[in-house]
Amino acid sequence: MKYSYYPGCSLKGTGRAYEESLLAVFRALGVEVEELKDWNCCGATTYMSYDELQSYALAARNLSMATQAGNDLMAPCAACYLVLNKTQYYVRDYPWIGQIVEHALETIHLPKDISAKVRHPLDILLSDVGLDAIKAKVSHPLNGLKIAPYYGCQIVRPYALFDSQRNPTSMDRLLEACGAEIVYYPVKTQCCGGSQKGTLPEIGLDLIRHLLAEAQRNGAEVMATVCPLCQFNLEAFQEQASNAHQFKIPVLYFTQLLAVALGIRLQDAGFQRSFIRVKPILTKKEIAYA
Amino acid sequence: MELKRVVKFEAERDPDFARWITQTVGGERIRHCLQCGLCSGSCPLSLYMDYTPRRLMHLSREGFKEEVLSSYTIWLCTCCYACMVECPKKINITHMMYALKTRAMKEGFYPKRFAIPVLAREFSRMIRASGRITESRLVMRVFFKTAIWRMMGFGKLGLRLMRTGRMRMQREKVQRRGDIVTLLNAVDGMRKELAR
Amino acid sequence: MRDDRTPDSPPAAKIGVYVCHCGTNIAGTVDVHALTEYAASLPDVVVSREYKYMCSDPGQELIRQDIRDHGLNRIVVASCSPLMHEPTFRGALTQAGINPFLLQMVNIREHVSWVHTSKQEATAKAKDLVRAAVRRVRLHKPLEKRKVEINPNVLVVGGGIAGIHAALNLANSGKHVYLVERQPTIGGHMAFFDKTFPTLDCAACILTPKMTAVGSHRNITLWTYAEVAAVDGYVGNYKVKVRHKPRYILEDLCIGCQECVEACVYKEGRWADEFNQGLSKRKPIYLPFPQAVPQKVLIDPEACIEFKSHKCKKTCVEVCGERKAIDFNQKEWIDEIEVGSIIICTGFKTFDAGRNAYYGYGKYKNVYTSLEIERLINASGPTGGEIVLRDGAKPKMVGIIHCVGSRDHNTNRWCSKVCCMYSLKLAHLIRERTGASVYNFYIDMRTPGKGYEEFYDRLLDEGVHFVRGRVAEVTDWPAHPSENGKLIIRAEDTLAGFVRRIPVDMVVLSVGLEPQADARDVRRLFNISCSEEGWFLERHPKLAPVSTFTDGVFIAGACQGPKDIPDSVAQAGAAAAEAMALADAKYVELEPYTAHVIEDACSGCKTCLTICPYSAISFVEETKKASVNEVLCKGCGTCVATCPSGSIEQNLFEDQEIFEEVEGLLAYA
Repeated sequence: MKYSYYPGCSLKGTGRAYEESLLAVFRALGVEVEELKDWNCCGATTYMSYDELQSYALAARNLSMATQAGNDLMAPCAACYLVLNKTQYYVRDYPWIGQIVEHALETIHLPKDISAKVRHPLDILLSDVGLDAIKAKVSHPLNGLKIAPYYGCQIVRPYALFDSQRNPTSMDRLLEACGAEIVYYPVKTQCCGGSQKGTLPEIGLDLIRHLLAEAQRNGAEVMATVCPLCQFNLEAFQEQASNAHQFKIPVLYFTQLLAVALGIRLQDAGFQRSFIRVKPILTKKEIAYA
Repeated sequence: MELKRVVKFEAERDPDFARWITQTVGGERIRHCLQCGLCSGSCPLSLYMDYTPRRLMHLSREGFKEEVLSSYTIWLCTCCYACMVECPKKINITHMMYALKTRAMKEGFYPKRFAIPVLAREFSRMIRASGRITESRLVMRVFFKTAIWRMMGFGKLGLRLMRTGRMRMQREKVQRRGDIVTLLNAVDGMRKELAR
Repeated sequence: MRDDRTPDSPPAAKIGVYVCHCGTNIAGTVDVHALTEYAASLPDVVVSREYKYMCSDPGQELIRQDIRDHGLNRIVVASCSPLMHEPTFRGALTQAGINPFLLQMVNIREHVSWVHTSKQEATAKAKDLVRAAVRRVRLHKPLEKRKVEINPNVLVVGGGIAGIHAALNLANSGKHVYLVERQPTIGGHMAFFDKTFPTLDCAACILTPKMTAVGSHRNITLWTYAEVAAVDGYVGNYKVKVRHKPRYILEDLCIGCQECVEACVYKEGRWADEFNQGLSKRKPIYLPFPQAVPQKVLIDPEACIEFKSHKCKKTCVEVCGERKAIDFNQKEWIDEIEVGSIIICTGFKTFDAGRNAYYGYGKYKNVYTSLEIERLINASGPTGGEIVLRDGAKPKMVGIIHCVGSRDHNTNRWCSKVCCMYSLKLAHLIRERTGASVYNFYIDMRTPGKGYEEFYDRLLDEGVHFVRGRVAEVTDWPAHPSENGKLIIRAEDTLAGFVRRIPVDMVVLSVGLEPQADARDVRRLFNISCSEEGWFLERHPKLAPVSTFTDGVFIAGACQGPKDIPDSVAQAGAAAAEAMALADAKYVELEPYTAHVIEDACSGCKTCLTICPYSAISFVEETKKASVNEVLCKGCGTCVATCPSGSIEQNLFEDQEIFEEVEGLLAYA
């Protein structure tokens, strides 16, 4: 199994732990991953609000190069995952958009075939690698660690390509296979606010506070995320969000939790990048870690 | 009490705006909207909006351009697609919000130094120049152009990011930067042609 | 049907051509005078006339007189569409003493004057058409309409209120009715309800007398726990096989005393009671509900120990004693009946609320469907008429959500018509019985019937909260201390313009109506069609709502589309009247434009058999030739065109007739 890998701008900066743990996990599972050469920013939601057509062209450049490379394209960042998929759908459904994108690709001498399949690592782990194969490799089970799985909005909406739209369970099943206990988390697909925390701080904070409160109320010890912006929002503003309740709950990428279960060393999985110390919780739950 | 007289005359409506919204990508079905309110009910941000998404849809299709483009709604929308999932008429609300945001930015319907359009502009500039975003630089540029004093509040967070190695100051860039510019120009060029 | 099988030399033709002005409808665009003169010049045309209104009495008298005076033997009428007046003019020919099929109509109204503006072009086209018709009509042969006798018996499929009403109507008129119902009792959905809108009549009180009447009527053969297995034949002559499912009870001997149920080795019920929507449990031997007709018990072989282990004490048999009504060896059996017409009243099913995950049905225990609440409210239901939550507590706040599974492109696009009314009814009853605060969440309040808007007025007086907004979500996570432990309904109050969160104890989902799950299979049994959504297709939505495209098969009630009880009863009466008309007419005349196989030419390739959309062609084993059942044939012409050896011909559309018409059209000089 080989995949092209599209990191997106966040995974080299605030989301470094995601990339580190993701690559380590795939290495441990024997899946080959190669970063897409010379990838450019996908535009995310911000460029789409600035100029829709240019945003499709930017995404299409990556898709064209990925199609050339010949493998499925793995996009861990939820926003990139959405934009790349969306571009494929809109180029297909609106011929005039397809025309413009094709023309733009032509001017930079890239082929117009942008049909590479864009996959999320959750999808790859469950469908291609398989839960059984992963379970077999779990050497340091998570001992009933209580996890609130936070999916965010972009990997299930508007395209529910590998999981249920209203009630996704792919991350739940993956983490349960590692020995964790998934807590009831009804707001698992409610938007964290995205970039609103930076632009409209009070409102952004309200949304974050609500998600943290629900996780705490249901007894979660750790939160698991799939998107670098969600992870940042939920982790970086816990003090600001605290009022009557003191929020102090580590927010990790699901790949980091998977890495612990597979026996990968914590510093190889980006644990040193968390703001909130995770080791005490692992110790308390008697989870052996490398 | 400050009294205001509000009655909307047909002459004040902007039929071009109404026509435009039905022609945007995603706006084709706006006339089907039943005004059922499911979108507003599902939207996590609707609690803060002056016009709920449902109201905005109706105002848009009726051509009340002023109200629509000066609303808070279009800035508050995080494009999370919650509204579209259960919409019984399958109307592409999120994409219409994108279109309204773009138009509002283009026509200047926002207060000075408003962070969201500043972010959008700086984002696009950075992509044009480098092909990728360097988060730290982007954030700083936005602060400079909106409210420098807010950066003070982020001091502690900034240090933490640096300490954990999550703040990269080095410029992220694409090798074939010229391609990015060519690509974006090609889009503009063809768009102008098609519009004619 | 045809008495002259040689297609060669036609008899010497004496043709009369009649051009109608239709007021100015035709004459305004077509030069009718020039057309009449032109027609007179065509070969074999003896008489050519024009008249203002050919369909009127004097117009028809023109034709009749000419036939008598000139001995005309072929008539061409250039006027409106044959769909309008072909029967009229055929009647005129019959009255004048010649075969009605020696007529050809030319449509110079819908096909010429209504679609052209240039008088020159219109007249030229009309001339072409008339010329073609004159050439064709020469080859017409006298044909006879076939008479088919109608069996006066009627089969009614489905024993809900529509089926019951249709059956009683027909039985009272002296016809014999077979009423076949798939459930072990008749009554349909109406038997579940407590009260019906808008009068708040007790459903059982108005339904059970009718049910009893059906059960005891000497003209009705009531077969319950039975299904139609096969239907053969054609209008007036249907042969139907009915399969009876075994109750393991001998119906003639069971008196419905229910001592067997008392005596069953299971002291408590353990299986979901279907009648109470799964809210209570029943034993393996049970009576469907207290007022069931027929008042007989039945045994569920999946639940009964005797069927699994053959080791049961069989206390039921003991207690039944000398009557010996229980028979564990009963097998299914088939009855064959002959009927003249069939009325299908198979009703509807409710939308499966679990499909809308965001309303929490099946996830939160105090979310109910409307049918479940009906059973709770009903005095003979699982709680004796007490409206309580799953834990037995009385609800203080109840939310009723309209349009669940209706008006939604994600599930069903249509409006189910009855849900607004029954939601209002439930709001009234819940408020009356429990004093709870009731919130109705609606999008539009649809109350179009007689007394319906007035019922809504009554509800407005009673203090029910009406929130106009489609509910986005039912959740259990609180955003405010007052919401702890409740189910929260989140919706935008569109009339007020902001989002509201309303904590309730009980949520009622007003589920919409859908076609029965097997509607598409059932329709094949009866050779009728379904619409795109799956409702049975009526012949015409406005003018023929209870007929289908298959003669002799009628539909009535909710199987044709969502509707309430008054409309179902009205349709049932209409269908009964149609069936009665058919039976009283004693025979039906079939149009002769049917196909027939020329046996000498048929090669037995069987291509036509599968092509026929009306299943009218069969293969005769003895002669190895195809044969068309002229009664089932609708004259679509598909087999005629398909036959590789050209051995099927169709009356009124024979090859020669068509060729002559084409030649006539192309012979413009």
